[in-house]
Amino acid sequence: MLAIARQRILGQSFQKIRPAVSVLRSYSSAAKKITVREALNSALDEEMSADPKVFLMGEEVGEYQGAYKITKGLLEKYGPERVLDTPITEAGFTGIGVGAAYYGLKPVVEFMTFNFSMQAIDHIINSAAKSNYMSAGQISVPIVFRGPNGAAAGVGAQHSQCYASWYASCPGLKVLSPYNSEDARGLLKAAIRDPDPVVFLENELLYGESFPVSDEVLDSSFCIPIGKAKIEREGKDVTITAFSKMVGYALKAAEILEKDGIHAEVINLRSIRPLDRTTINASVRKTNRLVTVEEGFPQHGVGAEICASVVEESFAYLDAPVERIAGADVPMPYAANLERMAVPQIEDIIQIQESEGYNSFAFVDTVVCAGNASVNN
Amino acid sequence: MALSRFASSSRSGSLLKPLSSAISLRRPISTDTTPITLETSVPFTAHQCEAPSRTVQTTANELLTFFRDMALMRRMEIAADSLYKAKLIRGFCHLYDGQEAVAVGMEAALTKKDCIITAYRDHCTFMARGGTLLEVFAELMGRQAGCSRGKGGSMHFYKKDSNFYGGHGIVGAQVPLGCGLAFAQKYSKDEAVTFALYGDGAANQGQLFEALNISALWDLPAILVCENNHYGMGTAEWRAAKSPAYYKRGDYAPGLKVDGMDVLAVKQACTFAKEHALKNGPIILEMDTYRYHGHSMSDPGSTYRTRDEITGVRQERDPIERIRKLILSHDLATEKELKDIEKEVRKEVDDAIAQAKENPVPESSELFTNVYAKGLGVESFGADRKEVRATLP
Repeated sequence: MLAIARQRILGQSFQKIRPAVSVLRSYSSAAKKITVREALNSALDEEMSADPKVFLMGEEVGEYQGAYKITKGLLEKYGPERVLDTPITEAGFTGIGVGAAYYGLKPVVEFMTFNFSMQAIDHIINSAAKSNYMSAGQISVPIVFRGPNGAAAGVGAQHSQCYASWYASCPGLKVLSPYNSEDARGLLKAAIRDPDPVVFLENELLYGESFPVSDEVLDSSFCIPIGKAKIEREGKDVTITAFSKMVGYALKAAEILEKDGIHAEVINLRSIRPLDRTTINASVRKTNRLVTVEEGFPQHGVGAEICASVVEESFAYLDAPVERIAGADVPMPYAANLERMAVPQIEDIIQIQESEGYNSFAFVDTVVCAGNASVNN
Repeated sequence: MALSRFASSSRSGSLLKPLSSAISLRRPISTDTTPITLETSVPFTAHQCEAPSRTVQTTANELLTFFRDMALMRRMEIAADSLYKAKLIRGFCHLYDGQEAVAVGMEAALTKKDCIITAYRDHCTFMARGGTLLEVFAELMGRQAGCSRGKGGSMHFYKKDSNFYGGHGIVGAQVPLGCGLAFAQKYSKDEAVTFALYGDGAANQGQLFEALNISALWDLPAILVCENNHYGMGTAEWRAAKSPAYYKRGDYAPGLKVDGMDVLAVKQACTFAKEHALKNGPIILEMDTYRYHGHSMSDPGSTYRTRDEITGVRQERDPIERIRKLILSHDLATEKELKDIEKEVRKEVDDAIAQAKENPVPESSELFTNVYAKGLGVESFGADRKEVRATLP
């Protein structure tokens, strides 16, 4: 069984009640479990400790301990000069963050959700993403924009949009989206260390979920390379790509598909831009089928790019048309039953077996082979 | 108090200087540094602070340097006008002639440790920060020797080693960016300030007030400089701003209204502002200035203002003429000597243009450079994805 070991370290000030929560190695060799929240918090803590140029900025990141408690304890530990509570003025404080990055500091700007980043999107795209290019390398922008992205639960249309495809279409940005605690730690650390502007898309509903992490993940030097997807589950019948929360759904769907003899390979994208086309295409060349899964709007989404890439690079290997599973093409409704229809569910992913590709002769053969041992050839 | 005459014969050697050397603005002209006391054209008007004195100290050396620098900028912008009409410059070209005193006066009050950030009317600000004519013309013509290697264009000049952060095309965006620079200076304990320039058009941008609010809350050493040339593109200030008293628009932040056509007043105000910002946080300077050209080369500039108005300003308030009159009335140089400087400057500009015209356009591979500081070996594509692909280093 998994042993949960956690040691609290008291912050500098003993008057404040909350200490910085830090994750330490235990001396047992059993895997530990940490929540995504703890993973993000520890990553921020370690990067701030390692580099005095790193500072945090955003609404409620300081005294409130973070709207979602991601920055808990950091104000006490690092002080108000490095953990800055801002007024509710995204355009202003994002511009200030980018300006500080021009000068050489390393800001981590939090958007309470990425919906609010639209107020500041000019600074993300025009002031941050394009500056290194327009200045021919004089002005690099080592900034991270982070916060929850996509659907939460019952928060309605204005608070539920996924911005992955918007940001990922822009050259000059790097766009990351972690799924589990290992991703959260490794990708956030990589993002903070990266000299380019990084949009870091978290998921509110994953913050409280626990995942096992190895000692290597807990080490303060742990980092995940940007631009590399992870094969979460190997398979040979269909490639399912996903990111963030949908990785969990895809994995559950894969378990169910397994029972029907369909072995799905689940790819956790981790990095939306740069997109790991190599891993995706290699997988499709092996499985001959592609299904992309995302929570966001379908038109011009992440899945659209992946499908195009696979059709361009691996057309000859496809046994069936590429398929996209995405959120419904409507603003997010509030009523629970409608909301459920607006976001992909595990059942939607399992439905791929009903699609044309899987009823084709070649595939049925394979299933029959796996299931009954009667070989048609 | 005999002032040494400016000797024109000592200048002839400069014409033989090799063109490959950077043509800088800082040439010694008169070396006389005997202080001269003068008054600015008008007193400063203050909001929430005590105005600095209108009595300023200068020297012959400084005045002649101002004259030369402004004459160079004037000549450069007029030459850019011709190049644009000859289709050697494309796209946007926003010219600064008339506003030279702001760039020159500000630079005289600052060090290179202080940061400057401005909008798209940036050619002269770039020069004041130590840029060269070749870098300007090559960039405008999209050549390799441009300050952004031809990849930026008119609106995207940068000179990071002089703390000049551009060059921004989105109206108003440069103000929060400038406050961010000031934040970083304070964070790094650099004892320096940032001047964030914007126009009367940008003065109504919400993000400006957001950034000013944060700067005042956090005591950032930010000076917001409104270069009020009275027209936001084709819209006169009274049609765009309910309150065109831009120096007062900071409300809780102090402000100063300055004659932006008087380089000595600009210098005095910037010196005052720098001192203020280091101690007390943000301050606004409104420079009352004027642009002779339209908003850009696409705008004749005469549909929303009368030709009489433009010639009137040229006759009454031109910044270069003001300095010329000062130099002549104080016997710091003869008319001929000043004309010689203008001829010299004209030649420098012509030489730089000739050099820029010979300069090659960027290599095709430059399409894919600098997308990222760290490309991670990622693939990027051109329009024909099969043919044009590159790995980003």
